[in-house]
Amino acid sequence: MAAATLSFEPVRIERDVETVARPSLSYWQDAWIRLKANTRALISLYLVIGLLAFTLFGPLIWRVDPAVQDLDQISVPPGAGRDVTVVNAYTPWQGVTATPLPGEPGRTLAAPAVLAVVGEPTTRAVRLRWEPVPGAASYRVFRNIFDPEPDGALGLPIGDVLNPANVSFEDRLDLKPLTYYYSVVALDGSGAQSDRAAATVAVTRVITAAEAAQKGLIEQASDARPGDVLQLQVHPLGTDYLGRDMLARLMHGARVSLFIGIIAPFAYVMVGILYGSVAGFMAGRADQILMRFADFVVALPFLLFMILFRILFNVQPGDDGIYPMMVAMILLGWPAAARLVRGQILQIREEGYIGASRLLGAKTNYLVLRHMIPNTMGVILVTLTFAVPSAIFTEAFLSFIGMGVAPPTPSWGSMCNEGLKTMLTTPHELIAPAALISVTVLAFNLLGDGLRDALDARMRSTE
Amino acid sequence: MLRYTVKRLIQGVVTVWFIATATFFAMHAVPGDPLTSDKAVSPEIRANLEARYGLDRPLVEQYWIYLTNMASGDFGISFTQQNREVNDIIAEHFKVSATLGILAIVFAAFGGILWGAVTALYRNRAPDIVIVFLVILGISVPSFVFAAFGQLSVVKLNDWLGFTLVPVAGWGTVQHMIVPSLVLGLGTMAFLTRLMRSSMLEIVNADFVRTARAKGLPATRIFRKHQLRNAILPVITVLGPSIAAITTGGFVVELVFAIPGLGRYFVQAVQQLDYTVIMGTTVLYGAFLVFMVIAVDIVYGLVDPRVRLD
Amino acid sequence: MSDAAESTSPVAAPRLDVSALLQLLCIGGLGVAVLAVILWVLAQWNEGGAGEAVDLATGTVTLTLAQEPPQMDSTRGTDQVSFRILGHVMEGLLRYDENDGLVGAMAERWRIDDQSATFWLRPNARWSNGEPVTAHDFVFAWRKVVEPANASQYAFILYGIRNAEAVNNGEMPVEALAVRASDDRTLEVEFARPVPYFDKLTAFATYNPINQAFYESTDGRYGADADELLYNGPFVISRWVHGASLRLEKNPAYWDADRIQLNAIDHAYITTDANAVLNLFKDDKVALAALNAENLEDALQQRWEINRFSTGSVYFLELNHRPERLTSNYHLRKALQAVNDPAELVYKIIKLPGNLPGNSLFPVWLKGVHGHFRQEHPAPAHTPDEAQGRRYLARALDELGLEELPPLVMLTGDSPSANKQSEYYQNVFKQKLGIDVKIDRQIFKQRLEKMTAGDFDLVAAGWGPDYDDPMTFADLFASWNENNRGRYSNPALDAQVDIARSSSDARTRMGAMAEVQQMLYDDAVILVQYESGSVYVAHPRVQGLVRRVVGTDPDYTNAWIAPLGAG
Repeated sequence: MAAATLSFEPVRIERDVETVARPSLSYWQDAWIRLKANTRALISLYLVIGLLAFTLFGPLIWRVDPAVQDLDQISVPPGAGRDVTVVNAYTPWQGVTATPLPGEPGRTLAAPAVLAVVGEPTTRAVRLRWEPVPGAASYRVFRNIFDPEPDGALGLPIGDVLNPANVSFEDRLDLKPLTYYYSVVALDGSGAQSDRAAATVAVTRVITAAEAAQKGLIEQASDARPGDVLQLQVHPLGTDYLGRDMLARLMHGARVSLFIGIIAPFAYVMVGILYGSVAGFMAGRADQILMRFADFVVALPFLLFMILFRILFNVQPGDDGIYPMMVAMILLGWPAAARLVRGQILQIREEGYIGASRLLGAKTNYLVLRHMIPNTMGVILVTLTFAVPSAIFTEAFLSFIGMGVAPPTPSWGSMCNEGLKTMLTTPHELIAPAALISVTVLAFNLLGDGLRDALDARMRSTE
Repeated sequence: MLRYTVKRLIQGVVTVWFIATATFFAMHAVPGDPLTSDKAVSPEIRANLEARYGLDRPLVEQYWIYLTNMASGDFGISFTQQNREVNDIIAEHFKVSATLGILAIVFAAFGGILWGAVTALYRNRAPDIVIVFLVILGISVPSFVFAAFGQLSVVKLNDWLGFTLVPVAGWGTVQHMIVPSLVLGLGTMAFLTRLMRSSMLEIVNADFVRTARAKGLPATRIFRKHQLRNAILPVITVLGPSIAAITTGGFVVELVFAIPGLGRYFVQAVQQLDYTVIMGTTVLYGAFLVFMVIAVDIVYGLVDPRVRLD
Repeated sequence: MSDAAESTSPVAAPRLDVSALLQLLCIGGLGVAVLAVILWVLAQWNEGGAGEAVDLATGTVTLTLAQEPPQMDSTRGTDQVSFRILGHVMEGLLRYDENDGLVGAMAERWRIDDQSATFWLRPNARWSNGEPVTAHDFVFAWRKVVEPANASQYAFILYGIRNAEAVNNGEMPVEALAVRASDDRTLEVEFARPVPYFDKLTAFATYNPINQAFYESTDGRYGADADELLYNGPFVISRWVHGASLRLEKNPAYWDADRIQLNAIDHAYITTDANAVLNLFKDDKVALAALNAENLEDALQQRWEINRFSTGSVYFLELNHRPERLTSNYHLRKALQAVNDPAELVYKIIKLPGNLPGNSLFPVWLKGVHGHFRQEHPAPAHTPDEAQGRRYLARALDELGLEELPPLVMLTGDSPSANKQSEYYQNVFKQKLGIDVKIDRQIFKQRLEKMTAGDFDLVAAGWGPDYDDPMTFADLFASWNENNRGRYSNPALDAQVDIARSSSDARTRMGAMAEVQQMLYDDAVILVQYESGSVYVAHPRVQGLVRRVVGTDPDYTNAWIAPLGAG
């Protein structure tokens, strides 16, 4: 009996054998998978993370105060020389006087005989003296950064010496460690110029021991004696027009620019989506009224209402005006997105699948959230990515006219504004912030693209 | 159609009235007034000035006077340009701005549709990537940089040619208009390119395109009749407000290219609190915008038969 | 299944590419065609272009204007651009010549004493419509200036004339103004007090004559357009396209027409953008361009001949002396003053030659008794001294009963230079004294409003001269002056201003103003920043261009175009 026990058992019907299945994915799960598979979107994610790290952790690593002005290094490009020679404190110069020599009437003036440098030419002062010219009523001193020959381009008229008894001039204007070409001409009573006396002067950058100690280049003033060569502070990305560290300013500026550039567009596009989809969905009279209100808001003069918002928020001088600015941008910025979304919704609501869905008993919420908004995502994302730079530059404009953040708080937009003025001579002041803004926009564009592909209901993955 | 248009126009007038009212009270709520000037004046002269401009009356009365004047088409006299009527200012400068704006928008619309369609067709391939890169550059660099660079290039070009091919600045001939309108239209073109690309991509896979393809229609016809025509709808939506914005928002470009447009009045009037000019320009902009929106809605109905005008 | 499969693949179906591209090209071509048509139509709609920078054949110089002249009615004009144009198309009793000397213009002779002045007009002085310029034209214009209903902001400049102030305040009828045309060619003026610089005042545009009949025929639009003005100066406005261009042409009716060598001055561009003007200059389209610190290097590279001149204005930080403000404390003001280093500001921040570190409210170009005021009365010596500043601050804190100073508010404008300078000062006060400064940046009208209301501790301000006498600066901080925005009030200073105003002895007047200069420093009323200058490039063939501190600037009335090769 026992041996005859047969181990038969009913064949189990393996229903699953033929089915290729996976857990059902929700719309958003699917979108997330597709987003991860999209290289462009991934790059953009890394970019965004990088930007956030730059903003949040940058200032912890690069601990330079963005407001401190290094007046010895104004508008210095990255990688410029930092040598500085220690000298004694500046003492005013009395100049050189000589008895004016009478000229012969009717004769053209001769050029000053000698043009000599008195003392060491430094970034603090270049002191020049020359021999008096008979008949001169005054002298004029020129300075050039290029050789005036062959065409006699004397350069900047750096100063007039109106007293002919004075045959010296002290130049202190914006001296850089460069070679300068000085020229001096004599002028007669009628203003006619003589030929020039020339001098080529190589200027060295100097600092006093006390200043060096104050800047932290040396421990204390007694550590350096005149003639020692020190190194000025490092500025990896150069300095701006007030000698402030560009890197530190970019890091601190990112807080304002990214905050305004991301939160404000996000908020007003959200408002726009909400408003636009309500208008588009309701259609008819309600739509008319809502859209006329949107027209009304668009046409209001932004600047005027910006001023009003500041008064409303009671912004005191020097306060951070970033919140009123954001409120104004949101309250006045949404209609563009609303109009776009409404246009799309109007178009979509006529589509067959909406009708089908409605017939199947779909509720309004479901229709809007499940069918309509995902289908307008492409347009929304484009609007959003474009709103980022526009918000950054609106902030810059408003800050410039005193309605944004209070100085000396930096922002990328205002750094661009400032950098533009010197874009030919010191391009680094424009390029660095502009590059960061471009990277931000690029990141959001790629992210937007990736999201669009991921969220597009018609492109749902099939694996 | 006619009834619809008339109805919309009436609504438009009401909207403009709301805009005017809000702006009127807002500008009076801002501290300061158009009469404050660099040189301080004695209280007596101030009182004279206020009486001269009717600013000594109660606000509601001023509003009423302003409204009745506005209704009869009189926007008053500018405070900063003291002998000019706001009507004259608008009449003289609006045509310049409109010229510049129309050119810029034509340029932006054609460019945007063209490049947008190209990027969609060549999705994720070289032309798409190059154009998208340029677009990103186009939107992340502000217009004042483009204006400055544009002008600088013109100077260099003329210098290199040895004669003036394109004028550096100024207004009057066709040559004067080319560079500023390109610069002005650049941002909008970048926007439209992206918008067009995005909506093209959605259309490419739409049911009706598939149906058309299944019917065996030639690709060119599908592209023109089905894809382009549908994809263009969002572009038209933004085009209306864009025309209004671009025509009145050319402040920077007008400044750099010394163009006698209306754009500068929009910015300066608020900074100078020039009441009459603020009102004139705002009402003009509002009316223009409302009109463009109506026009777009009507065009919309023509382009897309599904949208009923009612 | 198939549905999804198809929808991912044909995104860029290759067969579509060529034909679609062709279509797109067609659309592009259509676009270009439409553009061309529109361009053509628009070109018909707009008018005119401009010529080269200089044109010897037609004697034309092409220039830019910063803005449209806002007010060409000389009784009501206040701004530089209007005054510049008025200086070319109108003439008062006297004018400044190319060496800045006063010479007769409408007046052929004049006599000024302590009580009155008499001007004898030229027989050949004519309006552009051929009518003679008479003494009545002056009487009419001057009455217009002080007439309350006209609300002229420059009415105060006539207050030296008897009854002018009372008339302006509405206490007397306009006929009471002590100006009289004893005949068509004799103008008599009686003074309220001695006005030793009255000759200089008459060169100011507010003193220009206006033809009464013409003024009344314009029906309130006098000065609004080229044909709503009557000219008596070297040029007339021949074409004025608002906001776009303003063309001046030689006035054949001008009494001294032989002196004028240019046939036309074409202001063909109106823009405030300095780089745009420079680009036009590079392209040889305009004859004059101002330079700023940012484009100096570019100008050097171009190897242009660079000129500079003093604009005559003085810039300073005005302190608020209202009792409720911290800055009313003397020692706090002295502390701020002690660390103010105008030399550093000018040499490192402003960086533009022609600007001078400021030592006094009275700029160096002002004339004194014989030579220059500042040579006769040197400015108080000032050496920045950080340690001294800290000592003053400690005393101030003591007096105020404070541990630490609350932040000070610095009111400033919205120009790039104002930004730069306010941020510089913010850093100076922070680094050297440990004082926090909040910068209150405001657009024009709001800034003026706050200045008037006294809503600031420090405010960046400046003052430009109206006439060539130290008096134009001296009364700025008198307690009664409306432009004294910090409401500084010091009877001793007021007394000195009174002496300077009413004395007829030059030595006494200059001495009194030297006292004012000293008091302003000793009491740290203001922190002087700099005397402004300007750097510019001019077309090498434009000769005889005059730049000046007081009077029409730039002045082309003596200019001529050198033939090619002579420049």
